[in-house]
Parts: sequence; C-alpha cells; structure tokens
Amino acid sequence: MALTGLQIYKLLPASSTKPEVKAHANCKECGYPTCLAFAMKLAAKQAELSLCPYVEEESKRQLEESAAPPIRLITIAGSAKKLEVGNELVLYRHEKTFYHPPGLFVRVKDTQPDAAQVAEAVAAYSVDYVGMSLTLDGVAVEAAGGDFASTVAAVKAACPFPLILMTSDPATAEAGLKAAQGTMPLLWAADAQNWQAMAKLAAQYKVPLVVLANGDLNALADLAEQVKNAGVEDIVLDPGTRGYADSLAIFTQLRRLALKKNERKVGYPLIAFAGDDATLAAQHIAKYAGFIVLDRFDPAMVYPLIVLRANLFTDPQKPIQVLPGVYEINKPGPSDPLMITTNFSITYFSVANEVESSGLPGWLLVADAEGMSVLTAWAAGKFDAERIAKTVKTTGIEQKINHKRLIIPGHVAVLLGEIEEELPGWEINVGPREAVDLPNYLKTRWG
Amino acid sequence: MPGIEVPKEKWSGKVREVTLGATAAEGGTRSRTVTVGGETTLPFLKFEGEIPHPPAIALEVRDQQPNDWPSILLEAWNGATQDVAEWAKAAEAAGADLVALRFNASEQLNAAYARKILRRVLSATGLPLIVFGAGQADLDNEILVAVAEEGKGERLVLGVCEEKNYRTIVAAALAHGHLVDARTPMDVNLSKQLTILIHDMGMPLERIITDPTTGALGYGIEYGYSVMERLRIAALQGDTMTQQPMLVTPGEEAWRTKEARAAEGVPAAWGDYVERAINWEVLTASTLIQSGADIVVLRHPKSLQRVRAMINALMS
Repeated sequence: MALTGLQIYKLLPASSTKPEVKAHANCKECGYPTCLAFAMKLAAKQAELSLCPYVEEESKRQLEESAAPPIRLITIAGSAKKLEVGNELVLYRHEKTFYHPPGLFVRVKDTQPDAAQVAEAVAAYSVDYVGMSLTLDGVAVEAAGGDFASTVAAVKAACPFPLILMTSDPATAEAGLKAAQGTMPLLWAADAQNWQAMAKLAAQYKVPLVVLANGDLNALADLAEQVKNAGVEDIVLDPGTRGYADSLAIFTQLRRLALKKNERKVGYPLIAFAGDDATLAAQHIAKYAGFIVLDRFDPAMVYPLIVLRANLFTDPQKPIQVLPGVYEINKPGPSDPLMITTNFSITYFSVANEVESSGLPGWLLVADAEGMSVLTAWAAGKFDAERIAKTVKTTGIEQKINHKRLIIPGHVAVLLGEIEEELPGWEINVGPREAVDLPNYLKTRWG
Repeated sequence: MPGIEVPKEKWSGKVREVTLGATAAEGGTRSRTVTVGGETTLPFLKFEGEIPHPPAIALEVRDQQPNDWPSILLEAWNGATQDVAEWAKAAEAAGADLVALRFNASEQLNAAYARKILRRVLSATGLPLIVFGAGQADLDNEILVAVAEEGKGERLVLGVCEEKNYRTIVAAALAHGHLVDARTPMDVNLSKQLTILIHDMGMPLERIITDPTTGALGYGIEYGYSVMERLRIAALQGDTMTQQPMLVTPGEEAWRTKEARAAEGVPAAWGDYVERAINWEVLTASTLIQSGADIVVLRHPKSLQRVRAMINALMS
C-alpha cells in the first residue's frame, strides 16, 4: 500500500532517532529544501529515494516494500513469446481496469503420444476479433509417468509459447527444467512436502514457482512465505481448489487480501485448473486467475473464452474502437445499399451484425467519431454533416458503388439538409434509429 | 504468527426478494412460484452473506415458430416450436424455472389473439410466466393490457417497460396483480430512474424486476457486465432504488451473433458450429450471472443444462 507523504517523512533523516542520521536533516542534498518537501515528492512519485544518501536501511526497506505492487508481476517466457501476469490494482473492472489478461494454457501429459502435435496446434491457433489477433498463451506439460524431459523438449520445439512444468517430484522437475533451458517456464508445484527442494530448483534455474495448498488460506500463505524466505521471489499461488464455489470464494479472498489488506504473503498471481469446462474457465477469467489451464484444446471452447477475456480486460475508460473506413458486409455489389455509422465498437457491431445476419449485402461506412455512439457523437459535434461528407469523400467508396444514395442513422435525421449541401448530387435517406430495424428497412425501402 | 483473517465486506443493503407466479392458494393457477433476490453479498460469496435463492432460468417460447432463429436452435426443440403450448411444455420438461413467452411481430397479433395464446400457455405449463411483447410500443401496449387482464392473479412479469413506454404496461400490471420488467440501455442511473418512475405510479418495489440490457459475448458484454456489477454493489451499499433483482436476455443476444448463426464461411479457428453456438449462449449467460443476474432468459435447452450445472455447483 502506498505511503502518504507524512508516513514517508517519518522514515527520512529529519525524523531519525540516530544522531548521525539526524545530522543530515533537511540537508538539501536531494535537491529539495526540506525532508518534508522530499517526502511529498516521493509520495507523488515525482522523486526517487536514491536521491537521499542518508536514509537508513530499515527505512529504505519499508519504502521499497510500500512501492511494490500489491500483486507481484510474474513473467514467464517460451522460446519466442512471453507472458506477464499480476500487477492488478482493482477488484472490479469499472474501478479502473484489469491490466494483465490471464494466460490460457492447454495441458498435455508426458504419456500422451500426440503431446507435440497438441503443442503445435496451440501455437498455431489464432483468431481475428475486432481487428485484433488473439492467441492462446502456452502449454502445461504434466509428468504422468512418461518421459518428462523428452516431452518437455518436444513441446518446447513445437511451441514457442511459455510452458508450465507440472510435477511434484523434484528430480523430475529438474529434468524438465533442463529440457526447457533457454526458456523461462513456470514450475508447478511446491507443496507442504517438497517445498524445500522445489524452492531450491526455482532459485537455481531462476523460474517462477507455484505454491500449492489444499484449499486452506493460511496454509497457502504460510507456505508462500516459507518459499519466499528460501530465496524465491517470483511466486504463483494455487489454492488447490478445482470447483466453482470453492474457487470463487478463495480467489476472491486472495484478491481482496492482496489489494485491500495489503497482505504481502499472498500478493501473487493465481493459477486455476478448469478441466474441460468452458464455464468454469470463464469464471476464472472474470474472477481473478492469472493462469488458466484447460485439459483440452477445442477451438469451439477456446474461441469464446479468448473473446470473453478480451472483453473483460478492455479498459472501460477507453472503449474499443473500430477503424474508420469502408466495411463490406455479405459481399456487396456496386448497386447495393450504402450506410454510415460511427466507430464506437458497440455501434459498429450492432449495425454490422444486423446487416450480416439479415443476409442482405451492403456497404457500411464507419466515420471517425472518436469512438462515440451515434447520439453521443452527434451531441458532441463528432458526427456532423461535415464529418459524414468527409467520410464519403475520403474512403474511396465512390469508386466502389454505382449510385449516390446514403442511409444515415435515424437518430441524426436533423442532419439531412446539411449533408445534402455538403454532398451535392447525393440522395440522403434517413434510416431507422435502431440497428435492429435495419434489415426490415433495407428489405422494404431500398430498391 | 497470527493467521490471516478471511476478508469480508460489511454490506448494509440487500437485494429485494421478488416472487413470480401464483399458485391456486395465492389466486393463480401456477403449480409453483419462483422467488429471486434476497442476496446480502455479491454473487455466490456465501462466506460473507446470504444467497437465499439461486438465479432462475427462463426458456423463451414464441407464439409462432420464429423465422429468424438458426436451424440448430429450432431443431433442438424437436418440433415443439410448431405450437406454443407444446413448446411451453417442452420448456418445462427441459428443466426451466420460468417460461418467457414472447410474441412475434405479425399481422394476426392483436389483443384477442394474445389472450388466446396466453390461455394456451397457462394451461400447458405450471411454471410462472414472463410475457414480452413484440417490441412495437403501440402494439405491445394493446396486447399486454389484454394479457394482464386475461392472466389476472397469475403474477406474470410483463415487459418490456422502457423509459419512453412504460405507463400503460405498468398500469395494467398494477390493476391485475402482475410484475413488470423495467428495461434500460446499460446505464446505472437510467436503471435507477426507471425504477423510481415505475414505483411513483404506485407499483410496489416487490413487483419490479430491473433489466439493465446486455450485449452478447464479443458484442459488448463487458458493458452489461460492469453495469450489473455496479448496480449490485450499489444495492449492497444500501441504495434502495438499485435493489431490484436483475433479469437479462443472453439467449436473445447470443443467438443474434454471427458466431451462433453461421455454420459455414467462418474461420476454422471458430471450431465446431453447434458447440461454439451453445458455448456462446452459455458463456454470455454464465458471465452475467457472475456479475449479478437473478433471471436469465435462454433459448437452447442444452444451454440451460450447462448454466444449471454451474448454478448448482456455485450454490452447493
């Protein structure tokens, strides 16, 4: 939790009880007139603590700790792609935003002959959504009695994404870590029995380590602290829950403890195992997992999950926009209808979706209205006759169609006359107010 | 070393309990009633509050087989979509808590027709009903007034009431002992305001369900999600006009999307069509339940099974 200026002041030389430190009170060497002024700048994150050469070690430790994020940022990496999770600051996305989307992993076993093929399919999976290319994040390789090291090596060769190495046996873990060399996998897991050996491995191979408990909050926190004291800084928590209710409760508690109680012992990202249940994986996306492991690679399940993740991790203050320009719907020809709307994502998708699902071909012009919906943009002067005319003239649509008719949203019917002035020779039609009425409008009014 | 204490919020508010349907003893003909609401914490956080009722699932039926539903959705009903009474029976058999009857916009739709359809549905199923109009204000006012009168005493939910068209429906619901669905376009303040307007007409808060609207997965679900989360937090913080149970229609939204409609001509990365389409509806619904939905209206019987499995697991 960030300290206030006054709390910081109590840690600076002016507040020290040691005469040799107190001697440097308000010495100005940091460039500020007093320790208090410096403390205020530190609190506002406008100065660095290193400017003060006299601050005591214990104070420095406290100040650094207070500056650390409440949920540690954990990075893992494959041969060509890395993943960062953690650093979350809120419980609810509307409070600010969720920052680091949870990594989605597919689990393979070392007894599975097609492990490398699955890894290849995971690596190759990509889907276009709102102009973004969305992918999975990696493969979890589980030791199940097969040849762990060679499976890890094969998966690493087949998939440039980060790996999770799953075994509770330290010797197996070390074989896997060796096979994964050159990448930074996540090691799962240190439990009450094996934690010393696993912590040693994590420190030696410099990889983040999962701490696994049996559903008990305190056992988890204590084990994480032991692992940390053994020299492992990068920790991920697995509370051990695998169902809906138990996971929701403890994941919520852990997030609250880290953010609201500043409980350092559990200030780490969480890992969840969703089996082959898309609905459970969806809960983990919304409710606080940093890593989600699926037991199966099925595009029909991965696609909705990846889209849900993109949706919930969109910054609520910056709604996604679509690129202004010409959008072709249902392969339109030169005589098909031309409509215009704004580049607010929901507006665009409402309109595009209605036209698309009607089966009718059409051209959709998207004006740059700074990401606002039709009515908001109109009220703000971002979707006026001038911008509409500019969109028509600059997008090259005139070369693609053989008519000069433009359908405008019903909400901006008042712009009719002005648009006709801006676009001489064009016939402007007032369409429906709501996208849902477009198919019917196109069927009955266009011809 | 002292242990970590489970972090609990001290919420002062409570979601209002609303009961749908009425049995013979209560002046209706339903075989049972469904109560939603009553939560004193965020969804399913039983470690800090009460979740007295599970979210309820309604299945949508139409007076006539709709011509804009994808064939995989119609086929899932094994022919029951041909007849509204059969459809309502099938919805009950599929495990619905509620039947949501929605009228198609058609030429034959008028007050007398709506009365006839309502009577058939009421005799086909013992579940409480939600009745939605066809989405055309004047027509909806006409048929919902008739439905209110015909279903007197049944504690139907009549909808949708919107800011620009709620008075007639609310008056009819008031006169005949029904509930209303108050729909606003994904906005906390508008939702609150419509509840106030309807309450000001004399409608008890125990008969208002708020419908904050949603987008489907991929089509704005995050707006619906956050508005519902904010409404629920406001309710728990004691803002009385946000304490209505929430209803959303993920089935309608999900089955409008290309993901649920396009069998061909889509990327291979979208996966098997039927599975993807059902997942689209299920994840839209499950995510909204996680943010506070008390009633979800679904369309596919398999979606109901999966959402039910999730609710059961979360309530256990």
